[in-house]
Amino acid sequence: MTQTKARTLPLSKRGMSFETFMWAFTRLTALAMYGFILTGVVGALIMGAQHSMTFVEVLRWALVSNVGHVEYSNVPDISPFGSMLWRLVASGMFLTASSHGVHGVIVVLDDYFGKESERKWIRILNMLGFFVVMPLGLYLIWTA
Amino acid sequence: MGLKRDVSLSTALRYKGQGPFLTFILHRIGGMGMAIFITIHILSTFVEGKGWAIGDFINDIYMSPPFQIFILFCVLFHALNGLRITILDLFPKKLIQYHRQAIMIEWVIFAILFSFAAVSVITTAIARLG
Repeated sequence: MTQTKARTLPLSKRGMSFETFMWAFTRLTALAMYGFILTGVVGALIMGAQHSMTFVEVLRWALVSNVGHVEYSNVPDISPFGSMLWRLVASGMFLTASSHGVHGVIVVLDDYFGKESERKWIRILNMLGFFVVMPLGLYLIWTA
Repeated sequence: MGLKRDVSLSTALRYKGQGPFLTFILHRIGGMGMAIFITIHILSTFVEGKGWAIGDFINDIYMSPPFQIFILFCVLFHALNGLRITILDLFPKKLIQYHRQAIMIEWVIFAILFSFAAVSVITTAIARLG
């Protein structure tokens, strides 16, 4: 089995370009999302998930802690799941995930569309989608 | 600056990149799957709230066990693979030489979590039938 050697260059020599910034952003938002998910799992367990929620129901809640995600579980009283704290956590997770995702989709599509005009349209459509879906998602979190 | 490909699509599809390539392509499929799912899920939930039947119809598909198993695959694989990439990228000098071993560990954790999740979806669906 061949082993890969580390090729590292300090940031001072590499410089902080937009690409370097987004490279770090993608990884740091991934860690932040793990923080949100862990908060959701611990919160669900404190609010009684071990008696009335399945593994997948806890996972669905932890991914975006929206009260609508526990509607179909056997939790007798879902009101603690709809508190201000959980709406803030859900909003944080949603904004982190959507900004991470918009950049990810652009990176993937850039590999399959080579023309400058195509790449420009990919960016315009992605940003348009982001600015339409973002307020709708926040509206759903805060009115659920 | 345009993209210049020097291989045909059929050659690209036959590329034998082994384990690291498989995780690369599954990470992309998982990411795109989630991006499309979340966008449609938000739009359908919004229009469902406005009383449109199409929103209810789409969310019923999303609640179905086969779709839940598919989206759990996308989410769990993307999350675990992303964590592996992040850990290796943050400590490249020490860890990048073990990247193949890291992929093996990732598959073991994924297999345990995904089978647990899939069984949970199936048993819940069976319980609701009764």
